[in-house]
Order: sequence, then C-alpha cells, then structure tokens
Amino acid sequence: MTNWEPVLLANVNRPNSEKIDTYLRYGGYEALRKALKMTPDQVTAEVKTSEIRGRGGAGFPAGVKWGFMPKDAPVKYLAINTDEGEPGTFKDRLIVERDPHSILEGVIIASYAIGAHRAFVYIRGEFFLGVKRWIKAISDAYQKGFLGKNILGSGFDLDVSVHRGAGAYICGEETAMLESLEGKRGVPRTKPPFPAQKGFWGKPTLVQNCETLANIPHIILRGGKWYSSIGTEKSKGMKIFCISGHVNSPGNFELPLGTPLKEIIYEHAGGVRKGRDIKAIIPGGSSTPFLTAEKINTPMGFETLQAAGSALGTGAIIVMDETTDMVEVVRRITRFYVHESCGYCFPCRIGGQRMLSSLERLAGGKGSKQDIEDLEYVAKGIYGRTFCPMGTGMAEPVLSGLRLFRPEFEMKTAKN
Amino acid sequence: MKVTINGKRFEIPAGRTILQAAQAKGIYIPTLCYHEKIGALAKCRACMVEVKGSPVLNAKESPVLLTSCNTFVTDGMEIITDSDRAVAAQRFVIDLALSSGNHDCMICEKSGACELQDAAYFLKFEDKDFRKGDYPANIDDSSAFIRVDHNRCIMCGRCFEACNHIAVNGVIKTIDRGYTSHIGFDDNLPMGESSCVQCGECTQVCPVGALTDKKSIGLGRTWEVKQVRTTCPYCGVGCQQELHVKDGRIVKVTGMEKGSPNKGRLCVKGRYGYDFIYSEDRLTVPLIKEKGAFREASWDEALDLVAKKFKEIIVKHGPDAIAGVSCARSTNEDSYQMQKLFRSVLKTNNIDHCART
Ligand SMILES: Cc1cc2nc3c(=O)[nH]c(=O)nc-3n(C[C@H](O)[C@H](O)[C@H](O)COP(=O)(O)O)c2cc1C
Ligand code: SF4
Ligand code: SF4
Ligand code: SF4
Ligand code: SF4
Repeated sequence: MTNWEPVLLANVNRPNSEKIDTYLRYGGYEALRKALKMTPDQVTAEVKTSEIRGRGGAGFPAGVKWGFMPKDAPVKYLAINTDEGEPGTFKDRLIVERDPHSILEGVIIASYAIGAHRAFVYIRGEFFLGVKRWIKAISDAYQKGFLGKNILGSGFDLDVSVHRGAGAYICGEETAMLESLEGKRGVPRTKPPFPAQKGFWGKPTLVQNCETLANIPHIILRGGKWYSSIGTEKSKGMKIFCISGHVNSPGNFELPLGTPLKEIIYEHAGGVRKGRDIKAIIPGGSSTPFLTAEKINTPMGFETLQAAGSALGTGAIIVMDETTDMVEVVRRITRFYVHESCGYCFPCRIGGQRMLSSLERLAGGKGSKQDIEDLEYVAKGIYGRTFCPMGTGMAEPVLSGLRLFRPEFEMKTAKN
Repeated sequence: MKVTINGKRFEIPAGRTILQAAQAKGIYIPTLCYHEKIGALAKCRACMVEVKGSPVLNAKESPVLLTSCNTFVTDGMEIITDSDRAVAAQRFVIDLALSSGNHDCMICEKSGACELQDAAYFLKFEDKDFRKGDYPANIDDSSAFIRVDHNRCIMCGRCFEACNHIAVNGVIKTIDRGYTSHIGFDDNLPMGESSCVQCGECTQVCPVGALTDKKSIGLGRTWEVKQVRTTCPYCGVGCQQELHVKDGRIVKVTGMEKGSPNKGRLCVKGRYGYDFIYSEDRLTVPLIKEKGAFREASWDEALDLVAKKFKEIIVKHGPDAIAGVSCARSTNEDSYQMQKLFRSVLKTNNIDHCART
C-alpha cells in the first residue's frame, strides 16, 4: 500500500481543526502571504502549471477557467460551490466542517488572481454544521485581517458571505446555483454565455468547487510543478475519494489521482464485506456509469476511467457486492434523479418519471419486456439531449445498468 | 451565409437561428415552447435537427444533433431536419408530451390550432400513441374569462414568460419541481382568487388547450371562423386585434401578434369586453328628453339643441359654468380637439379626461 502524506486532509483529525488558531499553527495563510506578493497573473500561471482539474464533477482545468475571466471587467465575482449533492459524495462536507480555513485561503487567493472583491459561498441547506463553520471561519478571518479592506496591507479588498441552499440537487449545477444565489428558482441557464462571461447579476463569475479551492494554497506554497508531478498524465494532484457501499471501512481517503480502484477498495477501505465478490462499482458518484469487477484495476483518473467506460465525476466510489439487486439499485438512483429534476426540460421531467414507472414495475415483479424496451428507449432519448447535464446523469445508470446487467432485468419479467 | 437545409441551398442572413432560417424558408420543424415573441427557451427539446459542417460546433465531419431554436447558423452549415435520427429525436419529445397529461382532442377547444396536435400529425403519430392517462380532472374554472385545464398543460413555459416578462403582471409561477411541477397563480391560488387581471396574454401564447377563453367554448371550431383585423374601440392606445367571426358574430378576440403598438397584447376589456356589441340596450340614435321622457331625434337636431343650451348658459353664468370630460375611448387626436373646443371656442379651462379621474 502506498503511503501518502495527506495534503488536503492533513488538518482534519487534529483537535479543534476548524479553529483559525489551529490552522495558523500549522502554517495556515502562509500561501496567502506569498500569493499577495505575486502578481495576479503569476498566481493564475502557477495554477495553470499545476494542471489541477475541477473537483466538482466536470473536471474542467481550473487555471484555464481563471484565464477566461475578463481582465478589464470592473465587477467580478467568485462563487464557491459547497452544494455537494451527488449521491455517494461526502468530501466537501468533511473539509467544510473540519478545515474551513483551507478553503477560505484558496478563496482569497483565487479572488486576488481573478480580481474579484466579492465572493459568495453557496452551501447545501442540510449542512447545518457546515454553515456554522463557514460563518465562523469567515468572521475570524475578518478579525485577523485576512478578509475585508486592504488584506495584510496588500491593498486588496475582499468580502465573503454565505448563502444557504433550500434543498435542491440542481442548485449544485453552476448556473442554477447562480440563479438561486440571485434569489430565483433554481433552474439552469443556457450556456453560452458561461459564468466567466455572464454570471452572478450578469457579471463575470468564477464558480469553483470547494475541494478545488482547498488545493490552491498548497499549489501556491509548493509550486505548480510539484502538484503536476503527482498523478497520471491528464489527472494531476491529490484527490479525496469517498468510498461507500459494501466495504468494511467506508470513508474519505486522500490519495493521488491514478490510484487503482482495487487499491482503494481493498487496501484503504478494508475490502468487501464478508469477503464477498464485487458485482458493480460506481466510480464517481451516481451519475457515472457502473463498472463491473473486471475493471477493478482501472486507475482512478479522468482519462483512465473514461477509457474504462465511466467517469471520475466527484470521485465518489460506491461498491456493490455479488448479492446486490441491480434493478433495485437502478430504481433507487432513478428515484433520486426524478425527485431532483428541476422540471425545466421535457426529456428529464417526463422521461425521468416514465423510466421510474417502468423500474418500479420491474423491481416490484410486475414488469414486462415492454417495460425494459421503454426504459431503454426513454434513457436513450434523454441521453445528451437535455437542457443541462443532469438529464444525461439520470440516463447513465439506466443505460449502463441495462448494458451490463440486462439478464437481471429480464429475470424480473419472467413471471409475466 | 450559405447553408443547406435538407439538401437545398439557401442564403441566410447572419444572426439567425436554424429554426428561424427554416421557418423563413417554409420548412417545418416541430416545436412546443418556441414563440417568436418569447424567444428560445430551449425547454421542450422537440426542435432537434442534425447539423454538419460547423467547426464551431465540433461538427465538421459527422453530424451532431442540436436544438434548432438556440443554435445559430454559420456559413457552410448543412442542416438536416428530416433524417431518421432527427425525426426520432423530435418524435421522442412529442411522445413524452402525449404520454403525460390528458389529450382528448375531440372535445378540446384548441383542436385544429394546437401545436402539439400539429406536431403529432406531422410526425405521423397514431391514435394509440395518445396514451390517455387516468388523470383526475384538474380544471380551474374560478376566473371570469379563462379556463385552465392542467391536464392539457405541457409545461412549455410560454405563459410564465408572457405573464412575467411580456404583460409584466407577475402572476404566473412555476410551482413544485420535476414531474409534479405545474403552473400556478401567485402562491398557487385558483386563478380567480389571484392577482390575475385577466388580460389573457397567457391564453394567447399557450400552444395547447390548457388555457382557453371561456366565452368562446363551443362557439366555433378554429377552421370555421374568419379572422378580421380591427382596432380596439376601447381607448386611444389603438391596439390591433383580430376578431374571430362565425356567421356574422364575434366568437373570440385575440391580439394581432404582428400589429403595433400592442404586438399581440390586449387588456381585459379589449379581449373579453365585446358583449356590448350585441346588447339590446345599445343606443343607436340620439335621444332628447322632453317632459321626463326620451324621444328619438336626428343628429342635427340633437347637436343644435346642445349648442343652443351651451350658449344660453354662457350668457347667463359665464363660460366657467361649463365643463367637459373627454372619453377614454376617444383617440389622442379627438381629445385634443375636445380641449381646443373648450379652451378656444367656449373659453373655459374646465376640461378633463375620464382616465385621469
Ligand atoms: C446536476 C449537477 C449538479 C452539480 N452539483 C455540484 C455540486 O454539488 N458541487 C459542485 O461543486 N459541483 C457540482 N456540479 C458541477 C458544477 O456545475 C460546476 O462544474 C462546478 O461547481 C465547477 O467547479 P470545479 O471546476 O471546481 O469543479 C454539478 C453539476 C451538475 C450538472
Ligand atoms: S435536465 Fe432539464 S429538467 Fe433536468 S435538471 Fe436539467 S434543466 Fe432541469
Ligand atoms: S391540447 Fe392539443 S393535443 Fe391536447 S387535447 Fe387539446 S388539441 Fe389535443
Ligand atoms: S390573464 Fe394576464 S395577468 Fe392573468 S395570468 Fe394570464 S397573463 Fe397573467
Ligand atoms: S398553460 Fe399553456 S402556455 Fe402555460 S405552460 Fe401550460 S401549455 Fe404552456
């Protein structure tokens, strides 16, 4: 087993890890001091060199996104995505609750780099402790002069505030999040224009996931080159993997990108419960396609998982052992998406419900061959044709479930 | 810009979407949410076409499926609206719309002018595809002029845009989310108890029979009525309207989408206040009251009488004993003439307008 010095999770198990004094004792806000002595362009260049890709699911190169922020716009914003709703994902919550200053430091550095003087934290409404921790971290940072006017004498100003979500998965999607932040119904916007062109109140806005931001101080302190030396060709740096399901020790494990799935499951998460075989693995949160046990040696990276027929997504691994009823799994995941569909576009709104009806009949033993056909027809119809990517995320588990476990679906119709 | 649509070459001005280009050339692409006045909502996803030859869209070689309402044409673009793949994508959306809700066209007021029905017909759907679901009736009959049938609503979003951004009345909301989302008035009140002013802009843009004009129910199928353009007689704005006439009677009034100044909008009076036309109580000749009873008179006789009485009053009490109130139904020009008459001829400043009081 490779033993890696934790970077992102170095702090979380210390007593009072969330306190600013603890953070400062272990070198906190040193990266900020360093960044403020650099020019904004040098900061962005360092992030580009690191090749870090977004940790919110889409994996877009962060440095490139910072580079899209127009230089001459007088008003710009940073929005911090702490909505973390993807089933199986619980990494942002850990950082927010146990080490909020690591994200906040990244927020200040990112704002400095892009020239934003106002940043908004959008946090999932159910994260009650997280909200408190964010607010406390921000007010302590103000006290110590890391926020507000003339930060550490640099002449740079930044204000940060916290906005609580009201319980909608779709508000994690960046444009729906901006709508919600503006006080409107959480429904995605058309892209383009992208948030970097027209975001919050129509102004250029950088939306970044909080795990992405928590990496920034380390990139600044140790250098982009150091960061890009970790990982695979197209997946650089450390990643928090959330592992759940039928493993003996579920939890968050911070490992380099490219660590094989097998190592994470068997060496870090303690293997499969009761020593059973694996039937299926979701490697990156519920909207990434299933993998079968044959793919267990796949390195956990963006390009490697794509080649294996799935995606890295949020890095949330869900393990299902040989006793798992896959029809039931697909039904349960689909139910989630149907419940969370914002209802804006027809394929996701109506198609989702139609898939769920078929799945409920199948799981309940009342399904027919027609249900399987309709399921496939609807999932293919939704795939890639919805207004936002959520529809595709809803179709993925159904399509990959049917592709890999079709006999299980057919068995359910045997009686009818 | 040179583009081909279904193999035919066309010259399209820059800045047009594929849908606009196709419509201008008379090529039909099924749509449910698109309305010229509202713009591309890209909500129904029915207007899918195949696009090739566009480096911008990463579709140089192999065609990609895109929504035509919000994809702009680029030079050299090849557009295919009727390939198997495009038609299957279009059918998928129409199929979804038909399979949710209760589409009983035979008794629907909108039949014949319904955009869902048109799309289903064009795409050769069969009766069995109209899966008439077992939905409990969900009709809101609470308002004076508009019937809301939620089971026919396809949640296209047009009425929402119309009420909030065109008429700017802010009444229609999207209630709930996902499959159970539906339109609602204010905080999900019955329409008749909401702040709705019954302007009818929402019925005007509804593509299906979900919002219909109550007064028109059963009075004539869309193909039986003749449309006559006219100017609304109610006020000086001069909204352009279309009278839907059957057997010499108005059965419905709508705003002229292409007419200025209203671009389809009307107020509650212009759209629904046409009963007076057929009222038995309407005055058709001037009446003069003598000894407590009215008698019919000619216009000359009546006007002479008014002029004579005015003169008498002015001689006896001075011009300020007279006042004029101009009617809101008159045009600006008529109201101008009215104040001219009072100020220059009758020499009084006692002139006002009923819309001001
Ligand atoms: C349906 C949907 C839900 C999403 N939920 C989240 C979320 O909860 N948290 C998050 O960081 N990103 C979420 N995303 C991704 C965001 O849209 C966006 O890509 C991300 O916040 C950008 O930050 P990053 O580049 O640092 O990953 C979601 C995307 C979709 C389509
Ligand atoms: S795919 Fe459509 S209905 Fe589903 S969440 Fe996105 S915009 Fe809403
Ligand atoms: S709304 Fe259209 S499709 Fe539905 S019943 Fe009426 S005419 Fe038929
Ligand atoms: S009638 Fe007018 S005010 Fe009433 S809901 Fe329709 S658009 Fe809004
Ligand atoms: S009532 Fe009509 S216009 Fe409004 S959402 Fe439903 S179908 Fe569309």
